[in-house]
Amino acid sequence: MRSLLQALSIARKDLTVELRTKESLNAAIAFSVVMLLLFSFAFDPAADVTREIAAGLLWIVFAFSGALIFNRAFVRELPNDCLDVLLSSPISPASLLLGKAAAIFVLLLFLEAISLVVFGVFYNLRWWLRPIELALVCILASWGISILGAVFGALTVNLRLRELMLPVIIYPILIPLLIAAVELTDTLFRNQPLSPDQLLWGRLLVVFDVVFTALALALAEAILVN
Amino acid sequence: MRERLVIALAAIAALLLAYNLYHIFLVLPDEAAQGAIYRIIFFHVPAAITAFTGFFVTLVLSIMYLISGNLRYDSLAASVTEVGVVFACVNLVTGMIWARIIWGIWWTWDARLTSMLVCVLIYSGYLMLRRAIDEPTQRARLSAALSIFGFADVILVWKSIQWFRTQHPSPVLSIRTGGGNIDPAMEHMLYLNFLAILMIAAALVLVRTRQETMAREIDSLRRLANAA
Repeated sequence: MRSLLQALSIARKDLTVELRTKESLNAAIAFSVVMLLLFSFAFDPAADVTREIAAGLLWIVFAFSGALIFNRAFVRELPNDCLDVLLSSPISPASLLLGKAAAIFVLLLFLEAISLVVFGVFYNLRWWLRPIELALVCILASWGISILGAVFGALTVNLRLRELMLPVIIYPILIPLLIAAVELTDTLFRNQPLSPDQLLWGRLLVVFDVVFTALALALAEAILVN
Repeated sequence: MRERLVIALAAIAALLLAYNLYHIFLVLPDEAAQGAIYRIIFFHVPAAITAFTGFFVTLVLSIMYLISGNLRYDSLAASVTEVGVVFACVNLVTGMIWARIIWGIWWTWDARLTSMLVCVLIYSGYLMLRRAIDEPTQRARLSAALSIFGFADVILVWKSIQWFRTQHPSPVLSIRTGGGNIDPAMEHMLYLNFLAILMIAAALVLVRTRQETMAREIDSLRRLANAA
């Protein structure tokens, strides 16, 4: 319980800093709009085929723009040795990681909400047909991205080549999550019922979240404490 | 002692490989449906099993490093991963050659091909991460953590991509199918070549581990000299 409260205070601190500076959120939103614009040149926005691959495009946008958010989560703590101060405080490494992931999660959901609206307008996509299920998919997939983003943000924070290493490491590991999210989102955009086969993807998202959250908490000390 | 072990292992592997090559190319007949190209399976399947054995061993060594803090486990884990990635690439390349002949294309986004490619990317990331960190204990700690995350993901990758799409031939080994999918003489040769390739991999791991250990010792001497 105490660890959760500690995690919440870290998340609140990160969100307050982000709301005041808006440094990563503005960049991530701008980047997602740029990507949506670039897609309109790669594919004909009016063609049916674009709407068929809309779910895939959207999750690529979420994952790539999300990188701008989780990349900053730990880098923000480097000036003035704030990370060392946080690690020497009574807050456990697991709570620190969980708090960072929670802050990334909230920002990622906000980014997704904005991107969905922009995508709907630009590509004439009816994304609101199954709002509750879509929200559930976004929550499950975003948590997976957030916890891995926090883990690999922490893992690469002290590296010279962190901006290069982070995407190389994280995207192959996110593949099962992205496949599941794309499959489910595609069905929801088409407003088709979820078959038992597709519910497997939902289960995969849950398993992904549980496995990597458990691993992140177990390995937090090894990742963060030098 | 270790050098002798490496030489002995490599010599036995070479002899076994020569025996296997003779049987694969000159004794065993062509396969009824695929013709001569089926012989690639004697390298394709053992390379995949060797790669996955390597990735599993890396997981175990990474956990052992995090528990004990002994850098020898880290050196061994790095060597095993390197060799594992090499054999995963052998598996991919031999598969592509086979696919070109049988399917008429070099690559298809089939479940197993994609999964193996993802595994190569995950463990290439592990090797790149190691190169990006200079301090040995930090390198060992972070790469051990990445290896544990990577192996957990490998299982999910294989399961998810299998659901997503597959057109790869079904398993042929009788331990998976209960028999009947492959001629016993061919299956026997498959196991024998797996043994030869595993021994080559073990010899390579021993050579690489020695290099890793020496590199770490040289690095610590250099740091000592710089500090003095």
